[in-house]
Amino acid sequence: MTRVFTGNSGIPMQIYLPIAEVSVNAFLLLGLGGIVGMLSGMFGVGGGFLMTPLLFFIGIPPAVAVATEANQIVASSFSGVLAHLKRKTVDLRMGTVLLVGGLVGAAVGVQVFAMLRSLGQVDLLVKLCYVVFLGIIGLLMFVESLRAIRRAKKTGTAPARKKHNWIHNLPLKMKFRTSGLYISVIPPLIVGVLVGVLAAIMGVGGGFIMVPAMIYLLGMPTKVVVGTSLFQIIFVTGFTTLLHATMNYTVDLPLAVLLLVGGVVGAQFGAMIGTRLKAEQLRILLAVMVLAVCAKLALDLLLTPSEIYSLGPVGHA
Amino acid sequence: MIARFALLAALLAAFLRPAAAAEEQIVADLSQRQVPITADFDGSELILFGAVKRETPISITEPLSVIITVAGPSRPIVVRRKERVAGIWVNTDAVEVDLAPSFYAVATSRPFNQILSATEDLRYKISIPQAIRSVGAPMTIQDAPSFTEALIRIRANRGDYQFRPNTIAFFDQTLFKTSVTLPANLTEGTYKVTLYLTRNKQVVTSYTTNLAVQKVGMERWLYNLAHQQPLIYGILSIVIAIAAGWIASAVFRYFKG
Repeated sequence: MTRVFTGNSGIPMQIYLPIAEVSVNAFLLLGLGGIVGMLSGMFGVGGGFLMTPLLFFIGIPPAVAVATEANQIVASSFSGVLAHLKRKTVDLRMGTVLLVGGLVGAAVGVQVFAMLRSLGQVDLLVKLCYVVFLGIIGLLMFVESLRAIRRAKKTGTAPARKKHNWIHNLPLKMKFRTSGLYISVIPPLIVGVLVGVLAAIMGVGGGFIMVPAMIYLLGMPTKVVVGTSLFQIIFVTGFTTLLHATMNYTVDLPLAVLLLVGGVVGAQFGAMIGTRLKAEQLRILLAVMVLAVCAKLALDLLLTPSEIYSLGPVGHA
Repeated sequence: MIARFALLAALLAAFLRPAAAAEEQIVADLSQRQVPITADFDGSELILFGAVKRETPISITEPLSVIITVAGPSRPIVVRRKERVAGIWVNTDAVEVDLAPSFYAVATSRPFNQILSATEDLRYKISIPQAIRSVGAPMTIQDAPSFTEALIRIRANRGDYQFRPNTIAFFDQTLFKTSVTLPANLTEGTYKVTLYLTRNKQVVTSYTTNLAVQKVGMERWLYNLAHQQPLIYGILSIVIAIAAGWIASAVFRYFKG
């Protein structure tokens, strides 16, 4: 006869999540939060693109995972941004412009998401979105960082990126002192909107798209990019959390707390490690991680699954 | 009014007569009537025990058998099947199962098909496939049964559906006892525990009782807050997140400086 031990039985501490309605190991959640938080502090990405699939994997219902992850990102980004504010590596003005675009984009994205859901196949579209965007961004960053490292080795110093292209000829110019830029507000607004749309559809903060866009499209210095990205992610994910909590009732507080306790600690360590690494090294590491997640998702779509049937609640695509 | 009451009484009497006339009856209880889901809930073991109450001598030639079912709240569910389309695996066909219990366990005192006929199973909906109600699949799907099979397979792998023949100890055709393991991922609701006595593969009598599975304490409070005051709950979530972020940052600054 099998015997089940109920709680308090030593190290493996299980916790029952009231909204997700599953029982999981508390230390596993703390650990996951810590690792993802560290990456968040290092690269200025929210880490949602890593955490959300991990939560699916440990059995959290997808709707709860996406909503709760948004809440956790608020915490780790806030912790990270404080560290960056201290070092004056946050361009508040640029962050605000991106945020305005981001909120508009998120609102549009939620509508697009609802439309896709009514058509069915939203899961597949989200996954394809991940594979395509992670693949393109990862590859671009990887190649560019490799080149930069090679050049740095030859000349001894990292070369300045091109400061002028067509983007700098648009009207409505604004001075972004922290970034050392004098450019039109139109490109950052458009970047904000696009990232907001994608973030809402893919259920992430959007840092992994925002960071490369700021580096390569807007020409911002890498050091400023991380803090600025975190700054605007706080607001976008905060907004998303509120939407999920009021519309879907899918934010699981105990889950969020466990993830964010691990996450905020990890983010502090991450920010510390980030300052010790060179910008090119930072970028190549992020590129490798983005590509790894992309490969994992692509394999899931391509390889024959062990169980071709899946269960879902009625009324969702 | 009186006429209607008399009719009701007559109906009730007619309904109750077969049970009253049965030779044997079940007297049973559970180790607990409530399963409280607390923050550290990690599954539970339910013990069911009882006895056969009879006024006639024990029949040696036609022995009794016991079947016990525990059924969680039923909900509709969608079963989807993936197919390879242009190289990638995509959800294509879907079948909506009208009602499937979130948890279902069947325990018996002897091998299932030796103590219950297929027609009786159909009538009382005892076995796992019978406990699931699936009215109809879309016309386009040829193999609808494979979807219900998949539902049972997936849930059985998670411990949500348990088929456990020969796990009821049945002493002297009178006393019986078994235990059912409730998994950690238990859904809230009223669980129905039904005990059947069978003879010659026919159900002789049955007894049903309820088991309340409920979140308690903080679990209850958070669940209620999330559903009744979602805006406050959402703001609370964000405030906690911001506070945690700030505290972590302050602690680190303290240690560094």
